[in-house]
Amino acid sequence: MLPRYFYNFSTFMSMFPHNYLIYGADVSIVGATALIIFVLTYFKKWKWLWDNWITTVDHKRIGIMYILAAFAMFFRGGTDGLLMRTQLALPNLHFLSAQHYDEIFTTHGTIMILFMAMPMLIGLINVAVPLQIGARDVAFPYLNAISFWTFFFGAMLFNISFVFGGSPDAGWTSYAPLSELQFDPGPGENYYLLGLQLAGIGTIATGVNFLVTILKMRAPGMTLMKMPQFTWATLITSIIIIFAFPVLTVALALLTIDRLAGAHFFTIAAGGMPMMWVNLFWIWGHPEVYIVILPAFGILSDVISTFSGKKIFGYTAMVVSLAAIAALSFTVWVHHFFTMGAGAAVNSFFGVSTMLIAIPTGVKIFNWLFTMYRGRIRFTTPMLWALAFIPTFVVGGMTGVMLAVAPADYQYHNSYFLVSHFHYVLIGGTVFGAFAGIYYWWPKMFGHKLNERLGRWHVGTFVLFFNMTFFPMYIVGLMGMTRRMYTYPSGLGWTALNLIETIGAFGQGASMMIMAVNIVRSIKFGERDVTGDIWDGRTLEWSTTSPAAEYNFSVLPQVTSVDEWWEEKKRGVVRPDHATFKPIHMPNNSGWPFLIGLSFFIAGFGLVFNWWLSAIVGALGIITFLFLRSFDYNTDHYIPVDEVKRVEAAAGR
Amino acid sequence: MDTSHHDGYEHTAVSTHREGFPWKDIIGLVLSLALTFTSLHIVLTHALPIGALITAIVVLAVFQLFVQLFLFMHLTEKTGTRSNIGAMAFGLFVAFTIVAGSIWIMAFNSSSS
Ligand code: HEM
Ligand SMILES: [Cu+2]
Repeated sequence: MLPRYFYNFSTFMSMFPHNYLIYGADVSIVGATALIIFVLTYFKKWKWLWDNWITTVDHKRIGIMYILAAFAMFFRGGTDGLLMRTQLALPNLHFLSAQHYDEIFTTHGTIMILFMAMPMLIGLINVAVPLQIGARDVAFPYLNAISFWTFFFGAMLFNISFVFGGSPDAGWTSYAPLSELQFDPGPGENYYLLGLQLAGIGTIATGVNFLVTILKMRAPGMTLMKMPQFTWATLITSIIIIFAFPVLTVALALLTIDRLAGAHFFTIAAGGMPMMWVNLFWIWGHPEVYIVILPAFGILSDVISTFSGKKIFGYTAMVVSLAAIAALSFTVWVHHFFTMGAGAAVNSFFGVSTMLIAIPTGVKIFNWLFTMYRGRIRFTTPMLWALAFIPTFVVGGMTGVMLAVAPADYQYHNSYFLVSHFHYVLIGGTVFGAFAGIYYWWPKMFGHKLNERLGRWHVGTFVLFFNMTFFPMYIVGLMGMTRRMYTYPSGLGWTALNLIETIGAFGQGASMMIMAVNIVRSIKFGERDVTGDIWDGRTLEWSTTSPAAEYNFSVLPQVTSVDEWWEEKKRGVVRPDHATFKPIHMPNNSGWPFLIGLSFFIAGFGLVFNWWLSAIVGALGIITFLFLRSFDYNTDHYIPVDEVKRVEAAAGR
Repeated sequence: MDTSHHDGYEHTAVSTHREGFPWKDIIGLVLSLALTFTSLHIVLTHALPIGALITAIVVLAVFQLFVQLFLFMHLTEKTGTRSNIGAMAFGLFVAFTIVAGSIWIMAFNSSSS
């Protein structure tokens, strides 16, 4: 029995119809926007913002903007999560209505995967990969800015849905026929389709960009098998992006045509095939989960090797297993819809192929353990995240293999057991890995470390509350609680577990506040990185200054081994002679990517409401700006030797 | 495509400059638009019986594929042949898996409940 005040709490909450929450959110959005505009105007920062950030094509700044946006989205998605957990804290609550609950789990899932996990990792990739391979920028810096701004405006388009016209409510999987016009009228689903479409353009461009960057722009001497592990992970991820994302593009386009032009690709009527949406969605969807885990694997490899003071164990095996995971990730998608009933042969095939992925994944886990074995381990915050990653991810992976047993999945499917599985891999894997990367490369991005003490508190509390939230979900799932239910009756034995989960969820929120405090405090008090190599690192990003100069390296490094920087330090570091400097060729900043993104946004917004005027204006904007760009002959410049000398001297080199 | 040091400067970005008027690209653009609108047209007007219609679309799609590969992606250019072969092989693997897999999956007669 629960104490009485809980019931009072529930009647108290029921006095808030969900509209008040929306009004509250609206007010805070308007307030925050007004505050930002005020601060920028008051401190005369508009020009600074435009010159240094909005028009930048520098991969390091683009990376930082990705990460900032990802944190904002983490906050939005996290708030969604807390609202859901509040609603489910106790049986029969009326904090959220069924409709509002549907909207919130839809935006939560979509935002967390596409607008939090991916940009957080793409941000780290942008920051670190060109530095790791000793390059001065990515292959296509201008395209990189287009990637960022299409992602950014795609995310904004998705996020304004609840302010104008209503959020999508058919889940992040947006299954047809539920997501078709007939069953889901209104702009909500259109926001989902167009927001994702727009962000997807940026993602595909990022995939192409980093594939070419890594293949073509490595420092002299860096053969493929001398690349750092994070670079390898990025290369493989880029390949998965290039092959998987077009499927999403097509699926979204077909559903958009259904909804806006009255076609019948996925309807039940007129020969449409709703199951085809499910099929296409997961052809993209499963590779997608590997797109968000492989970079985290790469971070882990680099972090573990650095803080164990050892070369990564089994370098070749690590590379081969990445490639194997990439190939296999295209052969398993049916495991998301065994219950569609495609038949025993189909289900067995895809069940077995799914289980195969556990093999290369296991190889990676063992190699991390062997890297630590007999290493001189330094328990820094990035290393703690890596250490937390391993057992958590193993639990997530093992429950994944349980789900891959097709007959058993008829029981687990769409239960809280599944919900727990993917939170163990996505938080325990992707988020822990991303946080390891954030703490690890923070000094490289900003020139100072985050506080280690607060960092340890962040890891400790987050891991504790994470398990408190999600472990009970395995149990309550086996007890029969299904995903996406907005409330449940009492007397099923679910109440205590749900309450624990809710407390854990708020604990995770509080834990993130520790990180926020850490970030703010460290601006002033964080240990400065004067050497550029504050962790005693092994790979090339630690050979340059923190933060790195615009041109990254005064002279391109000459590579002879894996962990090049570590070997150089053993031989005794020789800083490049100023006499050898040459003028450095760099791309110019450009405002077009921002304006193109904005035009896409206007076009997308128009399509959401079938408001053709806005759609046409936006489309014309896109074409005009592309056209103008192609006559832009002033696209690059040389940094004179004197300036390189001045910058290097100022950094004491 | 160079990070090399000729002409005394160090280049950064992959160079995208090619000589001459981009005839290939323009022909490619026109062809791909024509192929797209032809398939749209025959579907919207039901120009053919259903079986023939589907065959026609598949044929047009294969043409489209060749336009993309030869006119835009410069498959025939000499540089990077090895990585081209690798990319083609992986592309074929993924395409085969998706198409054959989807046909296999979607051909079910709801044999289970
Ligand atoms: C050995 C590794 C893994 C195996 C065997 C595995 C297996 C599965 C299976 C069989 C399902 C479908 C269960 C059902 O719907 O009933 C599933 C769902 C899911 N998995 Fe995994 N998984 C693995 C790793 C991962 C990783 C690394 C991620 C992401 C980082 C991930 C994310 C997800 C997500 C998001 C879903 C649920 C999607 C939804 O229905 O909304 N999984 N997994
Ligand atoms: Cu999957």
